[in-house]
Amino acid sequence: MSDTVQLEVLAAGAYASVQDGGRRGYRRIGVPWAGVLDSRLMRIANSLVGNVDAAPVIECFDGGLQLAARGGAVRVAVAGDATLEIERGGERGPLPAWRSVTLADGDVLRLRKLGAGRIAMVAVEGLTLPAVLGSAATYARAGLGGLGGSLSGRALAGGMRLPAAAASASPERVLPVPPAADAGPIRIVPGPQADHFTEAALALFVAAEYRVTAEADRMGVRLEGPPLEHAGAREIVSDATVQGAIQVPGNGQPIVLLADAQTAGGYPKVATVISADLGRLAACRPGQAVRFAVVGAAEGERLARAAEAETRALQASVRPLLGEGVDLAALYACNLVSGVVHALSAEYRPLPGVEDASGGPSPGISS
Amino acid sequence: MSLRLLDAGDAAFTIEFGNAIDPQLLAAVNALDAAIARLQAEGGLPGVIETMPTFRSLTVFFDPLLTGREALIAALQPLFAAAEGGAALAGRRWRLPVCYEGECAPDLADTARAIGAGEDEVVALHSGTEYRVYMLGFLPGFPFMGDLPERLRLPRRAEPRVRVPAGSVAIATGLTAIYPWESPGGWHLLGRCPVPLFDAGRASPSLLAAGDRVCFEPVSMAEFQRLTAALQAGEIDPQQWLEGGQ
Repeated sequence: MSDTVQLEVLAAGAYASVQDGGRRGYRRIGVPWAGVLDSRLMRIANSLVGNVDAAPVIECFDGGLQLAARGGAVRVAVAGDATLEIERGGERGPLPAWRSVTLADGDVLRLRKLGAGRIAMVAVEGLTLPAVLGSAATYARAGLGGLGGSLSGRALAGGMRLPAAAASASPERVLPVPPAADAGPIRIVPGPQADHFTEAALALFVAAEYRVTAEADRMGVRLEGPPLEHAGAREIVSDATVQGAIQVPGNGQPIVLLADAQTAGGYPKVATVISADLGRLAACRPGQAVRFAVVGAAEGERLARAAEAETRALQASVRPLLGEGVDLAALYACNLVSGVVHALSAEYRPLPGVEDASGGPSPGISS
Repeated sequence: MSLRLLDAGDAAFTIEFGNAIDPQLLAAVNALDAAIARLQAEGGLPGVIETMPTFRSLTVFFDPLLTGREALIAALQPLFAAAEGGAALAGRRWRLPVCYEGECAPDLADTARAIGAGEDEVVALHSGTEYRVYMLGFLPGFPFMGDLPERLRLPRRAEPRVRVPAGSVAIATGLTAIYPWESPGGWHLLGRCPVPLFDAGRASPSLLAAGDRVCFEPVSMAEFQRLTAALQAGEIDPQQWLEGGQ
């Protein structure tokens, strides 16, 4: 199949995996939704390459991801505050994020580092992967999704190849105004077990500052800060967990559950992060401080609708890159030739403490 | 039963029937789950993504762009009262092989010591009881099964293991379970079951379903190894351990 167009992973960086809108309908048999940690980034990236909203993308952490087109041209786009570099014919040059670009056969795209937020999404035009239980999302623990076959459920690693469509002739696209970083508090709805904590505990949780620990991955984010005092039993009869649930084990240090988290757990859950703010929390780096603010469930629903409207407006603002008076592609080619970029050569550093984002004891395991 | 509605963020809520592991609560949960499924099949409850029944509660996951908590609770209200009189699920009956020997049973000796019994006695107690699958969760296909004989009830291990091998048959508090996947875990490992509990390629990926009943049949290490190999080679259909062999 030498005529097959592929995107080769040269390096996966800190952690990269195939994700999509996630797997629905199987929580009752213990299968989490998985899927991207920030669906807005996925949807924008897919819009930039003309894919449907929830098509599979490469979700990556912290930089270091390197991709190369093989066997033909591949169109890709990166959503996220990423510093990118493209290598073409031995010349390296910078490339802005939030646009699509056609990689010619042999071109290499490098995701050098991320600014605000540690997550970026790479969409690939025409990327099709087998759906398992309705989704291509990688869920490593049960070997589901991803590239399929013998690589089912595996995180991306150097040498793996993703099947792509030959890049279309349509113009490349750009998101003219990327979403602004939101430094506001992470909003939470108290419950389902807020009554397992003292009233002072919830007040403390929103008054104090918590730090994201090094144990932050696709399953959850462990926080460090003033311990939350249980009012009664430190364990409950296991019940369902949801994404965003903030469970508090006996030591009082909260753990926010994310896409790959276990579907049931025996620790009381003091509150739940609203869906509109979950991507922002997942993108916090180890050491970063976070603050929380309480909203009601109804307000959370309103914020979900507001966030959706913003995402749709962003997607609607995606425009063809050419034909706007300035030929960005030509400008960009000039940059390539001038070869400005090599200064940063401390290559693709994985951030200290996050190389093993996928391994080790996972937060929140309680059974 | 004291029914409570609990917020679980902006896209889910939990209907809680009680606070214990109790077959009557389970029956209510399953009756509500079945009633919701019927309503959904009739096109009711648009915006509901899925439900998750557990020991004592049912969580409704919904899309806040399509519906809302208030509207759903109003639509579900008529189902609550009926659920409380629900009957237990009939369930299928399984007889699953377990090796209680050697490296398959790293906590057998400690468990025996903790309850002041012999290892044989622990095996006899554990394999001499029929368990009900209360719920599936935590990991794909992971069955929470009850109820353990009183004598076998121990708190979880003080030091959870970083790696519990797949197939481990474990106990904690009043429950027993089989780990379908290698994972961290804090339960006491009494044996190992060779039968895969989850296969995404099956029409019904989880071997066990809530409401099923399970007995354990002790097998030797040699038989465990033979079964493991035969199952991996696809020579045995796991359905053979279903009573009545359908």
